Amino acid sequence: MTQVKHITLDVLKPHHPTILELASAVAALAGDYHVSITVQTVDEKTESVLIAIDGTNIDMAALDETIRSLGASIHSVDKVQVVGGEP
Amino acid sequence: MSVLGELRFLLRITRSHDIARRYFVVNGFDGALAMLGLTMGFYVSDEVALGTMLSACSGTAVALMMSGLSSAYISESAERQRELAELGQAMITDMDVSAHAKAARLVPVLVAGVNGLSPFIFAMFIISPFWLHELGVSIPLRPLEMSIGFAFASIFALGIFVGHVSQTFWLWSALRTLAVAALTALIILALKL
Repeated sequence: MTQVKHITLDVLKPHHPTILELASAVAALAGDYHVSITVQTVDEKTESVLIAIDGTNIDMAALDETIRSLGASIHSVDKVQVVGGEP
Repeated sequence: MSVLGELRFLLRITRSHDIARRYFVVNGFDGALAMLGLTMGFYVSDEVALGTMLSACSGTAVALMMSGLSSAYISESAERQRELAELGQAMITDMDVSAHAKAARLVPVLVAGVNGLSPFIFAMFIISPFWLHELGVSIPLRPLEMSIGFAFASIFALGIFVGHVSQTFWLWSALRTLAVAALTALIILALKL
């Protein structure tokens, strides 16, 4: 069973909620998530951000749902770190 | 997230705090001033039965509430739907499952509630001496004079709130709203002469 330890997402989001609110919502998904968000570009109504998440086993489906529920959308998955487990 | 927490969040992402607060002040002021106008009208008319005053004021309060509820809901719904559509175009995605879509549905209801209830609550407070008198509760003044006093007190309180919001000296702000109320009362008195 593999475990996702790190993931970096390129996300397009509205100005509201803020990156602090977005990071808090993502971090609240699991007790061991460490979330870092960097703003890449800012447009009139939107901004592109890079979301880096570290955890023991990141749940991508829950992550996607939370990001969508806040009005943002994942453009691409830019980086992942996965560790293998016992087959 | 609790229901209250979610409502706060939805108000924040749509930046509707200010709008709700503005509606509270504007329509609360409308309600208080309308009641002041009615009670001053009764005061200069003399000999108006308490039941008539109560019915007229209650009817006006209900009409103000319905006007506030419907007008704010219609205008806020239209504004939120337009903003959601514009955001959806900018995001190039369907926003239906987002907090923004939820806010577009709920915020107009909340703002309409504030807009409708604000004048109603102020009006009910102002005419409460009529109700108390009808229920046989002993009050220190005649109901009409007491209602006029309550109207001035409500308008003064709204002025304090406006001062708090604008972070200016509360007494100055309250005196300004009180001056509007006094001018209204004077005009009504002058019309009688």
